[in-house]
Amino acid sequence: MATIRIPPTLRAEVGGARELAANGSTVSDVIDDLVARFPALEAQLLRDGELADFVNVYVRGEDVRTRDGLDTEVRDGDQLILLPAMAGGCFGVRPRGV
Amino acid sequence: MGSDPEFAQGVATSLLDLVGSTPLVELPRLSPRPDVRLYAKLEGQNPSGSIKDRIAKAMLDAAEATGELAPGRRLLEPTSGNTGIALALAARLRGHPLTCVVPANVTAERRRLLELYGAEIVDSPGEEGSNGAVRLALSLAEQDSGYFMPFQYANEANPRAHYEGTGAEIADALDRVDVLVAGLGTGGTLMGAGARLRESFPDVVVAAAEPLPGDEVMGLRSLEDGYVPPLLDVSKLDRKLLVTNAEAVAGLRLLLEREAVLGGVSSGAVVHAALHLADELDEGVIVCVLADGGWKYLSADFWDADDAESAMERSVWW
Repeated sequence: MATIRIPPTLRAEVGGARELAANGSTVSDVIDDLVARFPALEAQLLRDGELADFVNVYVRGEDVRTRDGLDTEVRDGDQLILLPAMAGGCFGVRPRGV
Repeated sequence: MGSDPEFAQGVATSLLDLVGSTPLVELPRLSPRPDVRLYAKLEGQNPSGSIKDRIAKAMLDAAEATGELAPGRRLLEPTSGNTGIALALAARLRGHPLTCVVPANVTAERRRLLELYGAEIVDSPGEEGSNGAVRLALSLAEQDSGYFMPFQYANEANPRAHYEGTGAEIADALDRVDVLVAGLGTGGTLMGAGARLRESFPDVVVAAAEPLPGDEVMGLRSLEDGYVPPLLDVSKLDRKLLVTNAEAVAGLRLLLEREAVLGGVSSGAVVHAALHLADELDEGVIVCVLADGGWKYLSADFWDADDAESAMERSVWW
């Protein structure tokens, strides 16, 4: 079992959860498990069976694109992080309402 | 540099002549074992205090050379940070007015620095972060052809400055480089310096340290509002490591305590990533590109806070 951190933009698709648990021994398996439960995620995360360009997935703190992509191994207890791609060079920007 | 014999060697005729050729210093007290040698490229030694002086100068040089940037033409750039400050310095010396598109919630010290260097500031919606500044700047440039937008995210002069400068300087200085670690922003440093180092050291691992944004700064309506800089080709990165604010601050404190180097936040992240990669090596040479010094962050609360993540308000700092 792994946990997946869900970014704010995807929470509406998963009933508001910030984090979900999912099964799978690869990133692909874990995403399949999530999509089976929350079908609206598929269109957000995947394009033609590959990760969409604007989606980054990290396992053990590392982008799966520089590991084995969707085949990257997921171990029991791993945390996966889903993030939208963000432009860099924005340091010093405070969050909303601060 | 002038060649007039009347002037002592080492006297520059313009601050822009002092961009680049930054020092490379070994960090033996940070190295986890003697056979893993860590080096830092101190980009904070550039005239406006960051690595961005390299690309500001290169982007203006390139646009002036093609005639696209005529004398006195106004520059427009989305940036709240080092690129704005570097462009403001270069633009002032070259006689171009500059407008920076900046998220409305940028910290007061960034705004003040830009103003002092003479930049005009246009606010973009704070909740949209840097992606919002990019969007607004692109639309302003489309509406008014009087602007010239260097646009660091897509300007080939950006990685070229790092290919010809940062990367070449490292390759000239060292006989061996196994790992290059730099912060990921536009991708310019990693693409340019990475390409140059691969020519000299074909097996070099090019590694990016990437900020983990807090929920609050991800004010995007959908994932498709995300932005991948056109310059960034992730397939040219060998590693891409996510670094939290707390980990970056831990890296900063180590750098300061062990080596007396006062780095900026991305430098702390680079050190954190470098030490992670060092753990995978029995021996080798790791070069860390430290993009700026800590001076611009002195008013921040994280330096000695117990909870660095809270002190940084879960913002993105580079």
